[in-house]
Amino acid sequence: MPVSPKQARTLKHRSWVAFLVVPPVVFMSLFVVYPILSAFAYAFYEWQGLARGEFVGLANFREVLFGATMAPTVWNAFLHNVYALIALMIIQNGGGFLLAWLLYKEPFGFRFHRVAVFVPVVLSTIIVGFLWKLFLNPNFGIINQALYSVGLDSWAKPWLGDSSTALGALILANAWHFVGFPTLVYLAGMQRIPSEIIEAARLDGTSEWQLLKNIVWPLVAPSTTILFTLLFIGAFNWFEIPYVMVGLDGSPFGSTDVLGLVFYRTAFGNQSASIQNFGLGSALATLIFLFIVVFASMLTLWLRRREIQF
Amino acid sequence: MTAMATSPASRQPISFAFLAQVILIANSFIMLYPVVVMVLSAFKTTGEIFEHPFALPDFTQVGNFAKVLGETAMPTYFVNSIIVTGVSILLILVLGTMAGYAVARYESRTNTFILLFFLAGLMLPLKLAVIPLFILLRDLNLLDSRWSLIVTYTAIGLPSAVFIMAGFLRSLPSELEDAARIDGASEPRIMWSVMLPLARPPMAIAAIQNAVPIWNDFFFPLVFIQTDAYKTLPQGLTTFMGEYTTDWGMLFAGLTIAAAPITLLYIALSRQFIQGMTAGAVK
Repeated sequence: MPVSPKQARTLKHRSWVAFLVVPPVVFMSLFVVYPILSAFAYAFYEWQGLARGEFVGLANFREVLFGATMAPTVWNAFLHNVYALIALMIIQNGGGFLLAWLLYKEPFGFRFHRVAVFVPVVLSTIIVGFLWKLFLNPNFGIINQALYSVGLDSWAKPWLGDSSTALGALILANAWHFVGFPTLVYLAGMQRIPSEIIEAARLDGTSEWQLLKNIVWPLVAPSTTILFTLLFIGAFNWFEIPYVMVGLDGSPFGSTDVLGLVFYRTAFGNQSASIQNFGLGSALATLIFLFIVVFASMLTLWLRRREIQF
Repeated sequence: MTAMATSPASRQPISFAFLAQVILIANSFIMLYPVVVMVLSAFKTTGEIFEHPFALPDFTQVGNFAKVLGETAMPTYFVNSIIVTGVSILLILVLGTMAGYAVARYESRTNTFILLFFLAGLMLPLKLAVIPLFILLRDLNLLDSRWSLIVTYTAIGLPSAVFIMAGFLRSLPSELEDAARIDGASEPRIMWSVMLPLARPPMAIAAIQNAVPIWNDFFFPLVFIQTDAYKTLPQGLTTFMGEYTTDWGMLFAGLTIAAAPITLLYIALSRQFIQGMTAGAVK
């Protein structure tokens, strides 16, 4: 049967569209969708090294959450992720909001300050981690050297070797690394507020604090939503800074252990023990993943509700 | 940018403006000083670093840099980082533009499905699927090669590129296409010669947004690469730092060399970097 010109055109047209769409979709399916779906499946099996063994149902999940050997480590690490999340929300996102407000007023030198605050953001986390590890060195790091030089010898500490300060040091290093990101996202949010609103409030004699609290903060709510969601995801995926600064074991004494380190140790082995367990690793990854998806969507929905249209 | 006379700062009391300046200067100092100390220390011997950590060095003393570039594998790591980042960005742009163009310019019932498909990829942290990815790459014989990183980074970066490209291409007027179509141009020709030349700005944003995290990534090389010859800069840096633990002059020189390219590029193109890296969070 001869093909009508219209059919030929649509056929040609369709194959052209398919040519555009199929390669990206196949690529995504193979390297994103398939691995993520497999990650769930793997958690239900026992593994011997790289070989998949028997179906064990929920045994891996039970071991991760309630097992005598693994659960205490997991919960200890989870708690540190929560601490990091709360501290970074205040220091990183809160600090970013205040810095953005100062930059928004375009004071003298604001262009310089805007570029400066973003410099650490472009550096690799590895560089940031090593740099601060050297700076926090108990004997020769510049932090303690600076304390000695101003006579505060008693304040000097082995920051990363003391279990009461190590996690705090990691959190501060992370805040140094990323505070520029919320700063500039908030700044962009503030610049979108119609200037009449702020002018009008100023004419009414609103105080600086009132302006910030009652006008600017509610109007940058969309930026807050996205920044808090990103921080949430980042805090429960936290790996690089702890890995570089304190090592795989979350030393000293597990005081800096986080879920990312536990996952890596479980799945790819501790260098000293060289044990790897893909079943337990997959179960832990699945749990972290579900936790992030459920809570991040709840957080997003809750934060969205307080956004105002203007 | 508003003129200074009408800027929001003009009606502030002096004391507030002063406090703001103090905070901003202190903050910029905290942001930049560690980087400055890193560079200065790279010109010092380990003994000088320990004894005079804050002193200015003799800038003609470039022995540490010569040693890092001449005696270590750092140049190899550097080349690997350039290859991996470059090829990944190229693939992200090609595949992202293809999907973005189809979704934006052709009506189809499957468009919503395709967008949702990529949206899911945007939200899911692939880091947590690293075990199956590891096994998949082993089965494809890609493990411990640069390709293992390239396909992973392309998969991570593709969704954001699709959204950036689709968003921009959708905003182009259809008169452009229709005029070319009436002139008898084929669909591929319209895409290549009419539409894509206009799409360079979003391509630049998609490229920067993805290039910085790819260049800086450390997690996937840590899991996928064992052979020293294939290591990227961030991963190679851990090997290097492990080898020279006590030679602080070398350590700071290594960090400085690793940080230099992206920092200099950022200083030269700060506006594009900021725009690109915050593109996902600023609408």
